[in-house]
Amino acid sequence: MAERYFQPEIETMPREQLKALQDERLVAQVRHVWENVPYYRKKMEEKGLTPDDIKGTEDLHKLPFLSKADLREAYPYGLMGAPLKDCVRIQSTSGTTGKRVVAFYTQADINLWEDCCARAIVAAGGSNESVCQVSYGYGLFTGGPGLNGGSHKVGCLTIPTSSGNTERQIMFIMDLQATILCCTPSYAAYLGESMKEMGLTPDQIPLKAGIFGAEAWSEEMRQSIQDTLGIKAFDIYGLTELSGPGVAFECSEQTGMHINEDHFIAEVIDPDTGEVLPDGVQGELVFTAITKKAFPLLRYRTRDICVLSHEKCSCGRTHVKMSKPRGRTDDMLIIRGVNVFPSQIETVLLNQGYPANYQIIVDRVRNSDTLEVQVEMTPEMFTDNLGEIAQRQKQLVDGLRSMLGLTAKVTLVAPKSIVRSEGKAVRVIDKRKI
Amino acid sequence: MSIKQISVFVENKAGALLAITSVLAANGIDMRALALSEASDFGIGRMIVSDVYAATTVLKDAGFIHSISPVLAVAIPNVPGGLNEVLKVLSTEGVNVEYMYAFQGKASEDAYMVFKVADDIHAASVLRDHGIRLANEEDLARL
Ligand SMILES: [Zn+2]
Repeated sequence: MAERYFQPEIETMPREQLKALQDERLVAQVRHVWENVPYYRKKMEEKGLTPDDIKGTEDLHKLPFLSKADLREAYPYGLMGAPLKDCVRIQSTSGTTGKRVVAFYTQADINLWEDCCARAIVAAGGSNESVCQVSYGYGLFTGGPGLNGGSHKVGCLTIPTSSGNTERQIMFIMDLQATILCCTPSYAAYLGESMKEMGLTPDQIPLKAGIFGAEAWSEEMRQSIQDTLGIKAFDIYGLTELSGPGVAFECSEQTGMHINEDHFIAEVIDPDTGEVLPDGVQGELVFTAITKKAFPLLRYRTRDICVLSHEKCSCGRTHVKMSKPRGRTDDMLIIRGVNVFPSQIETVLLNQGYPANYQIIVDRVRNSDTLEVQVEMTPEMFTDNLGEIAQRQKQLVDGLRSMLGLTAKVTLVAPKSIVRSEGKAVRVIDKRKI
Repeated sequence: MSIKQISVFVENKAGALLAITSVLAANGIDMRALALSEASDFGIGRMIVSDVYAATTVLKDAGFIHSISPVLAVAIPNVPGGLNEVLKVLSTEGVNVEYMYAFQGKASEDAYMVFKVADDIHAASVLRDHGIRLANEEDLARL
């Protein structure tokens, strides 16, 4: 099937032309911020910069960074870039990792955000013939509103179930023959598990594609969701600070997410020195929004660790691809001096056939960090032979040791004893902080 | 000649075993024997019940993971050295016992022992050849 695009002229724009567009938009955006956001203007002045110093994307590295700390300091209105009369909405983060972020939107900002989501839906095979169920939360969270808007733009029949009430979710999928599902990957896994328990096989499930984001998930988890639901699962990336989901999205190649570069310029930096890193080198992802007016963040440090690639993609899109974030600088746990990302633990678990539901418990006992991984026992794994189970447990300990370089305690717990989440899963309990 | 034993995964936390026995009791299932075997942080509860089908159904509905395995219920003659005699037969015939636990008949004078062996068919015939009685499911229902 030929690749389809929502906005072909932009998504497949030749690189030189795309760069010219970015140059022009960046220059205008820097001037817009200088004139409307005193907080950032002050930061530029401290570096001796004026808008005249930024003539194109090659000057981007001169601009000061913005971080989560700036967002906290400027809360609530300090980074608003448009007069109140032009702002029509806010969205907000859950505030699980500190103070909540409140982002503002003009009608044009919402429009471009929904365009980005529409591109993701079309890349996943969506069209005006699709029935798209949006099981992300609606409300302050960006997931529901973003994909809902994108789905409308594509012309899908949109089912705004929002999150929760699993029975009703399944009823709508089956009764209305939904073909696209949008939710968090952990909820997709949970829906898959529930449908399997109801005796539904992948060929009975009408879904064809899933667009899953808002939390970290591994390649193995993708495989397992694809198998249980009988779909192709696409990753989508975004953050409230930059609009929401749709900053980047996966195409049919499933080898990384195309960043919507006509709206967001991406850089990868060394998180310690702030130095810009070349393609293929892992570092912290930094975004500059070049079109949004109400919350125009320049060089915003996402804390997501990933790699960029400008390699030509078979789908025909020319926009740069980012890898699945390999972790967040704030998700990263430092255990006995070793950097550990929950996603690494998930990879080992799924490789060894454990369910994607797990919990990581970090504690400090007699001045030494301890790492415990709790996984649920499954009927497939259980046998009457104590030794066999202990052997599997040891295999997992060994697998974790070779992945992390740390010895973890593996605890087998009863099925369904780890709380299922309908939104973002709580994977890590760090008792050292309590 | 084997009978069915139910093995249930038991999480290592207070009340985990009680939760299992409570489900059975609440559903009127008679537990004839129960043995708990523990590793460092989990265990397996092994049991002989009056109604295997009913027991596995209620356990599954209550979310417990279980498996069924064949075991031998051997009548141990109620005389000094009775158990020793049985073990001697198994040992000389090269039957390796994975685990065993006691099981008391209600009406009968005899004590029973549950044996888990690798090849239950072979072990049963060996025991029978030596005149040792095995209980089958029907016997159990009467015991
Ligand atoms: Zn592509």
